[in-house]
Amino acid sequence: MEFLNALSDPTIPFFRYAFFTGLLASVAFGIIGTYVVARRISYIAGAIAHCVLGGIGAGLYLQAKMAVTWFGPLSGAIIAGLLAAIIIGLVSLHANQREDTVIGALWAIGMAVGLLFIAKTPGYIEPMSYLFGNILLIAKTDLWLVIGLDAAVVTIAAVFYHKFLAVCFDEEYARLRGIRTDFYYLLLLCLTALTVVLLVRIVGIVMVIALLTLPAAVAGNFAKGLWQMMITATGFCMFFISTGLASSYTLDLPAGPTIIIIAGLTYLAVLVGKKIIPNKFR
Amino acid sequence: MENYNTKTVATIRNMDFSQNGTAILENVNLEIKDRDSLCIVGPNGGGKTTLLKLLLGLLKPDRGEIRLFGLPPEEACLRVGYVPQYTQYDPQFPVTVRDVVLMGRLDRHFGGPYGKEDKEAAMAALAEMALTEISHKLFAEISGGQRQRVLIARALAASGELLILDEPTANIDATSEAHLFEVLEKLNQRMTVLLVTHDIGFASSFFKTIACVNRQVVIHPTSELTGELIRNMYGGDIRMIRHDHRCSGEGHCRHGIS
Repeated sequence: MEFLNALSDPTIPFFRYAFFTGLLASVAFGIIGTYVVARRISYIAGAIAHCVLGGIGAGLYLQAKMAVTWFGPLSGAIIAGLLAAIIIGLVSLHANQREDTVIGALWAIGMAVGLLFIAKTPGYIEPMSYLFGNILLIAKTDLWLVIGLDAAVVTIAAVFYHKFLAVCFDEEYARLRGIRTDFYYLLLLCLTALTVVLLVRIVGIVMVIALLTLPAAVAGNFAKGLWQMMITATGFCMFFISTGLASSYTLDLPAGPTIIIIAGLTYLAVLVGKKIIPNKFR
Repeated sequence: MENYNTKTVATIRNMDFSQNGTAILENVNLEIKDRDSLCIVGPNGGGKTTLLKLLLGLLKPDRGEIRLFGLPPEEACLRVGYVPQYTQYDPQFPVTVRDVVLMGRLDRHFGGPYGKEDKEAAMAALAEMALTEISHKLFAEISGGQRQRVLIARALAASGELLILDEPTANIDATSEAHLFEVLEKLNQRMTVLLVTHDIGFASSFFKTIACVNRQVVIHPTSELTGELIRNMYGGDIRMIRHDHRCSGEGHCRHGIS
């Protein structure tokens, strides 16, 4: 009840924006998270998420130091995310060995670049907000961004559903059937980057990967196929974000970690439940 | 065989392939005729799977020429039905049997849902492999032998002229294996069959030609298959079950290299 009042309280509009941004972003998270989990590339998605800090730092620096007003942390994050997706994607496609080492290096370099930019930006900037999330950073424009991203992700996923399915399930066979598998793989990573950027402000860079993968991982225990898994994952993501925000408000806790704890505990409970009563699933 | 004709499906000439400086295949010459049933045998690490990947255009030779239906492999691979080993798949991937078979129609599909023709082709392939009843099950829930048949159905849905199977007898039980050879015998009436395996004792009566791959490729009609030959291939004795052999129409013996 207290939570519902907070949603309609005009003095804390950011809370309302965070709530609706989270609910809407769940659609993109459910769809992209399903691909990331099914294709087993959460490590790659994690590297992309961490590289985003480099772009956020560059954006803050350029805005403050060079007075480039149109370029802010969000544009920086989007550019860095896409760049990281393409570089990491090419590495994972073409590096025959030590792929994990190269990706780990890019992961760290992305974060280091971001922290250096933030250190050199005039005025004090709290990197914690970006690392662990801060719902105070959510504005009304974010709602429109999320709606735009949802529209793009849903359209692309619907049109190329079977191509993505084949590329994720059996890349070699898809290539033999004349599919440009490298293109679809990179497209998938770019969509992952854009999706990650959107929720960085709620749950932060470090934890966003959990919000991307946990709903899909939970859904994977129930789903009969890839699109069913996407819908179920979207539902779980909405549930985690809304209950997480509500408990964080009621219990006066930071929102990001609360959401992640709820998602993580649900996932563990489902895994344990599956061991005890395996027939109730699927 | 009456309908054995001499059209060539695939040729490999003077081909070398090496990986990281190690020669995997040397001076390979191979010709596969239409409606042939060719078994590629050899020890693990002898280059069998590499030879398949070269034929499919997934790998490029260092030297020599490979032609599929008279074309470079990457231009002709749509005419091949490829059946990989089912064990290579993620056992938790959420995909139904029907959707796996539909992947055989990917090249005819541009976006959105599959068309009526593609769905019919997939259902016909499922019916041919006696899988209609489990078409809505998850690929992860069915048995190994069934997964093997799903992958063959996928290759059939693509309606190729050459069926290539990589180690289809690995990890399936004897009943599934017997069933597999019944199916292959039937399919061999309308398409060329090429199969890779590392155990050859099992059903040589089906094959017209045996290609032994151990860095070099030596072709034998099945009539020649003897214990001594197998010992040479594997470098030691192995147990062999005798079958009655049936020879190819040509009954020839071409040696790629001694």
